[in-house]
Amino acid sequence: MTSGAWFRRGWITPRNVVVAAILTFVVLLPVYTSGTGNYFLLSLFTRIVILAMAASTLNLILGYGGMVSFGHAAYVGIGGYVVGILAHEGITTGFLQWPLALIASGVFGLVVGALSLRTRGVYFIMITLAFAQMIYYVALALDRYGGDDGMTIYTRSQFAGLIDLSQKTVFYYLCVVLLLGTIYLVHRLANSRFGLVIQGSRSNDRRMRAIGFPTFRYRLTCFVIAGMLCGLSGALLATHTDFISPAMMHWTRSGDLIVMVVLGGMASVFGPLIGAVALLVLEEVLSGITEYWQIILGPLLLLVVLFARGGVDGILLHWHDHYRSASHGIGNLLARMRRG
Amino acid sequence: MPRTRVRPLAGPSTGSGGASSNPQRYGSTKRCLGLLGHPDARVTTVGGTMLLFVEQCLNGLQFGLLLFLLAAGLTLVFGIMDLVNLAHGSLYMVGAYFAATFTALTGSFIGGVLLALVATCLVGMAVEVIAMRRLYGRDHLDHVLGTFGLILFFNEAVRLIWGPAGMNLTLPSWLNTSIEILPGVPYSSYRFSIIVVALAVALFLYMLVMRTRIGMLIRAGASNREMVSALGVNIKLLYTLVFGLGAALAGLAGLMQAAILTAQIGMGENILILAFVVIIIGGIGSIRGAFVASILVGLIDTVGRAFLPDIFKLVLSQAAASTAGPAVSSMLIYLLMTIVLVVRPEGLFPVSNK
Repeated sequence: MTSGAWFRRGWITPRNVVVAAILTFVVLLPVYTSGTGNYFLLSLFTRIVILAMAASTLNLILGYGGMVSFGHAAYVGIGGYVVGILAHEGITTGFLQWPLALIASGVFGLVVGALSLRTRGVYFIMITLAFAQMIYYVALALDRYGGDDGMTIYTRSQFAGLIDLSQKTVFYYLCVVLLLGTIYLVHRLANSRFGLVIQGSRSNDRRMRAIGFPTFRYRLTCFVIAGMLCGLSGALLATHTDFISPAMMHWTRSGDLIVMVVLGGMASVFGPLIGAVALLVLEEVLSGITEYWQIILGPLLLLVVLFARGGVDGILLHWHDHYRSASHGIGNLLARMRRG
Repeated sequence: MPRTRVRPLAGPSTGSGGASSNPQRYGSTKRCLGLLGHPDARVTTVGGTMLLFVEQCLNGLQFGLLLFLLAAGLTLVFGIMDLVNLAHGSLYMVGAYFAATFTALTGSFIGGVLLALVATCLVGMAVEVIAMRRLYGRDHLDHVLGTFGLILFFNEAVRLIWGPAGMNLTLPSWLNTSIEILPGVPYSSYRFSIIVVALAVALFLYMLVMRTRIGMLIRAGASNREMVSALGVNIKLLYTLVFGLGAALAGLAGLMQAAILTAQIGMGENILILAFVVIIIGGIGSIRGAFVASILVGLIDTVGRAFLPDIFKLVLSQAAASTAGPAVSSMLIYLLMTIVLVVRPEGLFPVSNK
């Protein structure tokens, strides 16, 4: 296919270019870091990839489903704690740890969803927040597992020699694969019949119910799926840091996840990845400038909300619209040049 | 008279609530509980248990009233401006820091407190004019994100100005004693004064909203903003004033709490979530609901924490009880919230219409 056709078909948009650049960077990063020995960068990006995965699951319910869950970090924490607690009790096989992490977060999602999805709007925001806070306090009270101070995980999950998680690069690629898998799953889910019901219910729940969809069940299922996948990202995060602590599910972590989703652009499959990269890299850069970097980040967030509602994604789309005619022009020009 | 959305005070009481031992309970809590009624200071006799129970109930009431101060501002702002303000907890923190600073500067507790209230009110109004005003009418998600940004800003600003260490608000000697509240039951005069002040504030709020012209405008503005402004009322100014009032209430709660614990960065966040629980239970927008719910939450939380571990020890082994006790008692109010949600999804005192 010619580059002209790519332009004409609208594949080359600012957004796709950014996504492609990020993906290339993410996939090739270990090559660079193993060459230079810059493991800080690898560690940072492992974190980014894991949090992008968590944000993708939030995007499923927040972006596509319109369910503003302010307690999503709870699942990260639950996934992490399941792995940590099992490791502490001597059960190190990942074949048990990870499915249990999924199940535990799924059960929590089922309970919270069943209660909170009965409500709407601001009630929903506050209730999900409150339940996440409850889990946070429960973790604080678990003196056996470190309580306030958290607990170190001494043995990473064992997968019977199939994959060695203690190798940084191997673990990084596992995270990348799981992230891409999550993104693909969200994409497939959101565009399936199931996903269309969810999206329809976001736009007008009453109408969806009027035409015969039991939307509560659909939304609850969606909520549970998002929770389970997020629990998996929690297991990854705990493995990455070899540490669990209640801070993993502090409510500001939930806020961070929402920021990533909104910053990257809601209801777009790669949005959370863009958002996670944008937020965490921005944090790194700002904290390099000043110790008080949040004094910049906070107002910046407010400004994004006030003036750039669509986040990075919105800016890229705007840019795209602005130059669409130009890009079509280039495509036509290139095609004409080839023809003649 | 049609019921307005905010109709806040249905009951004469508003309390002021603050947060008392809750949020930071894990860090510096031991210290605070030491002042009075520490569950660990167990007395084994039956009379001792009764005494402890009375004391814990009073602590619960005091905590509940402190929570009410915070929840009242939240629910007022939500009911009238339809704004979810996460940064309300920051105003609580700012109030505490102002009080500590001004008390140290002026050397007078009362003077410092009054100055702090005025200053917090001004900060609140400034925040309203600069940021919040632009968020009215936006999506709730926008409110959450924007005010989340404000929290980061406030926390960092406080760290920049006052440093990362907490600040102590020193009580004058006349508050730092205990009084006999019932024959044979001594109680901290400071905690008792919190109860009195909060109840007075509740009464003041009730009078303000139900019996004054300003209150009438507030209620009218909650029902129909355009109509009120078409009648020639400066609704923008009114909103700013309401926000300032909410800020002052939050600041009052914060500074009262600061004397029990300390003024710390992030002190407002955990208590803010409790205030959310309170207004979910009470019904969003209802000040009466906030009052009832905050006292319920305060009592259940404090009394549960004090006695649940002991009750568990009766049925469970020592080890199991010492693990399950604290975990379950920290879940109690969320269980309460769950039950209320199942029975009445709109809260105990739902605000009709809209």
